[in-house]
Amino acid sequence: MSDVKAEWPLWEVFVRPKAGLDHKHCGSLHAADAAMAVQMAREVYTRRQEGTSVWVVKSSDITASDPGDKDMYFDPMEDKVYRHPTFYELPEAVNHM
Amino acid sequence: MAATAESVRLKLTPPVQYVLRIADTCLIHAQRLSEWCGHGPVLEEDIALTNMALDLIGQARALLTHAGQLEGQGMDEDQLAFLRDERQFFNLTLVELPMRRSSAHAPGGDFADTTLRNFLLATWLKQLWQGLLSSSDAQLAAIAAKALKEVRYHQQHAGDWVVRLGDGTEESASRMAAALERAWPYTAEMFVADAVDGTAAEQGLGPARSALRSAWLDEVGAVLEEAGLKPPADTPFLSTGTKGVHSEHLGFILAEMQSLQRQHPGGQW
Repeated sequence: MSDVKAEWPLWEVFVRPKAGLDHKHCGSLHAADAAMAVQMAREVYTRRQEGTSVWVVKSSDITASDPGDKDMYFDPMEDKVYRHPTFYELPEAVNHM
Repeated sequence: MAATAESVRLKLTPPVQYVLRIADTCLIHAQRLSEWCGHGPVLEEDIALTNMALDLIGQARALLTHAGQLEGQGMDEDQLAFLRDERQFFNLTLVELPMRRSSAHAPGGDFADTTLRNFLLATWLKQLWQGLLSSSDAQLAAIAAKALKEVRYHQQHAGDWVVRLGDGTEESASRMAAALERAWPYTAEMFVADAVDGTAAEQGLGPARSALRSAWLDEVGAVLEEAGLKPPADTPFLSTGTKGVHSEHLGFILAEMQSLQRQHPGGQW
């Protein structure tokens, strides 16, 4: 560990509130490495019993869509109502869909 | 101005003193850790230290309540924490030593002492709680079961720091080595055999401290080795906090910790 950095890298934290549910993004924190990030996530984001499992991902490892591309990426879907499965008629027997 | 509160005087029996030793070690250690609140080296660690202090205060509260019941004069946790005089506190001397925390008024401290002490104590308390799981006193066993989960995390968190700093830069390694030299003589008190412990072990109340030494040395030794540190040689020095004879530092801690209840007896908020 001869490489001394002034700042710890940033990590994104995902917490699973209970078994069966998905991990949800809940915030970020600074930590020297992944093991410390998991501990710090436990300290910062689960101190009120919010979680049963924690994931951490280095923020720099996340590739995000460009906010400038929002029009091109997402607006065209606005008038494609046929992509919603609301036009199918369900048989009586299927109550819960 | 209202009269200040009178000190309480406990009737000491071996079981009461045995429980108070653990309770007071948790309480005073928590008090020292809480000094970091708002002053941690980074925000995340600030929260971690405060969370651990709160765990320890929770353990101390349960034990003080239980000690009050064992003592038999009907004293509660607040009376025991805030109205007892120094000579009736029985914590390990190690926990009352200053944390060498840097501040605007006192630069030059470092984080190594805090994290090393936390690790040495968590490892010791873990052994103790494990032994207390099979206590003949059901309430003590129940407190131990809850505390064990908390202390296992404290040991991991603090132990990771010992390795990080010990196996870190040249400067962090030398500071951690110095902290180890400072703390080590005070660890002898963690394993003293005496009549209080002897009675507790005999009655099945809990383990004698002297029985914890080899497991403690194994676990501490493994982490020190990973950190590139060696256990210092033992010295003849023996601190005496568990007998109620303290360093000059405990009085200052109690003065701060107890001042509110002393000035406003029974005050609540």
